[in-house]
Amino acid sequence: MSLFGRGLASQGVAQPSPLTLLAKEGRRVIPVSLVNDQEFIALDDLAPIFQLTVREESLALTVSYKGKLIVLTSDQGLASVAGKLVSLPAPPTRAGRRWLVPLEFISRALAPVYDTRLELRKPSRLLIAGDLRVPQVTVRYEPVGTTARLTVDATPRATSTVSQDNDRLAIKFDADALDIATPPLVPFPPQGVLQAIRVLDPVTLGVDLGPRFAGFKASTQPVDQTMRLVIDLLSTQTQTETTQPVPPPSLPAAPAPDLSALNQPVSAVRTIAIDPGHGGDDEGAKGDNGVKEKDVTLSVARRVKASIEARLGIRVMLTRDDDRNVPLDERTAVANNNKADLFISLHASASLRKSAVGASIFSVAFDQAAEETARLALAPERLPTFNGGLRDIELVPWDLAQIGHIDQSIELATILRRQFQDRIALSPRPVERAPLRVLESANMPAVLIEMGYLTNPDQEKQLAGADFQNALVQAVFEAVLKFRDALDQGRLAAAGGTP
Amino acid sequence: MTLRSALAVSAVAAVAAALTWLFFVGLPRWYGGPAKAAAAPAPVQVPAGRKIKARLFYVAADGSNLTSVERDVAYGEGTAGQAKEIINAQLAPVTEPLLSAVPPGTTLRALFVTANGEAYVDFTREITAAHPGGSLDELLTVYTIVNALTVNLPAVSGVQVLVNGKEVDTLAGHVDLRRPLAKNLAWVQ
Repeated sequence: MSLFGRGLASQGVAQPSPLTLLAKEGRRVIPVSLVNDQEFIALDDLAPIFQLTVREESLALTVSYKGKLIVLTSDQGLASVAGKLVSLPAPPTRAGRRWLVPLEFISRALAPVYDTRLELRKPSRLLIAGDLRVPQVTVRYEPVGTTARLTVDATPRATSTVSQDNDRLAIKFDADALDIATPPLVPFPPQGVLQAIRVLDPVTLGVDLGPRFAGFKASTQPVDQTMRLVIDLLSTQTQTETTQPVPPPSLPAAPAPDLSALNQPVSAVRTIAIDPGHGGDDEGAKGDNGVKEKDVTLSVARRVKASIEARLGIRVMLTRDDDRNVPLDERTAVANNNKADLFISLHASASLRKSAVGASIFSVAFDQAAEETARLALAPERLPTFNGGLRDIELVPWDLAQIGHIDQSIELATILRRQFQDRIALSPRPVERAPLRVLESANMPAVLIEMGYLTNPDQEKQLAGADFQNALVQAVFEAVLKFRDALDQGRLAAAGGTP
Repeated sequence: MTLRSALAVSAVAAVAAALTWLFFVGLPRWYGGPAKAAAAPAPVQVPAGRKIKARLFYVAADGSNLTSVERDVAYGEGTAGQAKEIINAQLAPVTEPLLSAVPPGTTLRALFVTANGEAYVDFTREITAAHPGGSLDELLTVYTIVNALTVNLPAVSGVQVLVNGKEVDTLAGHVDLRRPLAKNLAWVQ
């Protein structure tokens, strides 16, 4: 079954899609009828499945289940469920010899009296009986030049494994079934890296690979209640360009206008890692009135994520989204492994001087010896690839990864300062460089923001409040926008600049 | 012994004592900088109370910088001995307007200096447990210690902070302490 070719073909037509009942014993289809724009289901179909007894009386229908009674009146959208009154969108209606009840009968009348959990997911056409793990799965497809990125979200979190079998990738979920709710995807280019996405079995999605497919990289990251799987599909065209830097002479001197329109440039900032400082037993700084740094950083991080994802369409991942202690290396590992394009660590300061006030933005500083070590490592080495070619690989020590991004990090800090200055108080040292541990391993432009001083009573109040947090979020949003535009328009130095 | 001869012996002893003080305490204090003091020959018996001048570091009034003051610090034998005296002076409680960036209660456990001039300074756990947190304050704490040694002892080129005998990543989650840090006067007003 192809999932994404035509979208939800059945919506809006006279015969609605049937419900699929998912239970431990298996799955079963229950027909649905449309009467006066209202979806109905036949009691005759429900009775054998759920062991219901249906009796028709003069003015009422009685449905009993293990001694519990549901009484429906034929002229009102009401039902008495074990003595409690619930509303239904329409009264029962007769179709020949069969009684039909609104779909909501299942969730509002039957579920409260039934022994096991019943969950009606009307938009997904699913009825789940019992404690089955049925994550909602959405797939997004994003062409990136000649390559492509698939983002597969499973909510609630379900882990998955990705394996390649000849010309197909299989994404198998650790679940009982999948609730696939995906909007229609943009058409795949005919000669691209993938051709179609389809359901292989109840817990497996298949990705049919295209002729340009050369390999893939998959990574997972929990985001709120969602487990996000990102698969980057690599293209043979990219590898050819890498291994053969001189273009063939037959290529046209300039691309035709229609081709350039098809190859829209992809933004340099597609993923951002936001790092809420501290967490768990590491509370960070604390104000006299009890405001904790770990809570402020998480609150601001969530606001930044919501703002940027909703308004810029950039993927934002948090290094933690709950109250737990995450080691510093793990924070940058999340950003590095998910190929984040920016890393922003959020903190709140403390000072022995209660009067100290204002925000500071830090980029990293290394000592001279470390910089020399890393610069030597930055000289690329030519290494063989699986396909027999050669690629230039930069081998940078993990804890010095930031060294190749220092110029851009300083630029990001400067842009942030400009956005901060009209919105929140700045410290006497608004932009600084320091050997900050969490930034050193980040393999992308990275800054650490000290938002203000929790030891200053006025700032403690501000930092815990929505007004200050929203002002700061707006400043970060504007700065990310400006930094992205500057990168996209080539106004910033390429990575690997001098410190 | 006559009274006169007794007085003469006393006078000679007094002059000898004064000369001893002059050679071992007075002259070093007039001419001796920290380097000279640190380089003093080890076998000499040092009279109690000998001092050197040293610059110590405290939090500036704005809370965002360090400020330095010159203080008399007890003389110590060799680079490591003098370094211990400087750190102990730096850890000593101070009163307003001075404010130490090193958390109160912190004491020095051990200190040694390698042949290539890297000082390893081991503090008790208060330096992390009692730290208020925040990148800037952590930077001020770290550079108080780093600068106290590198500014006063030219033989010390870098300082690594240890806590309870062990290497640490950071004091409070910010400043990387996995490598020795060099002098940095950018944090001093």
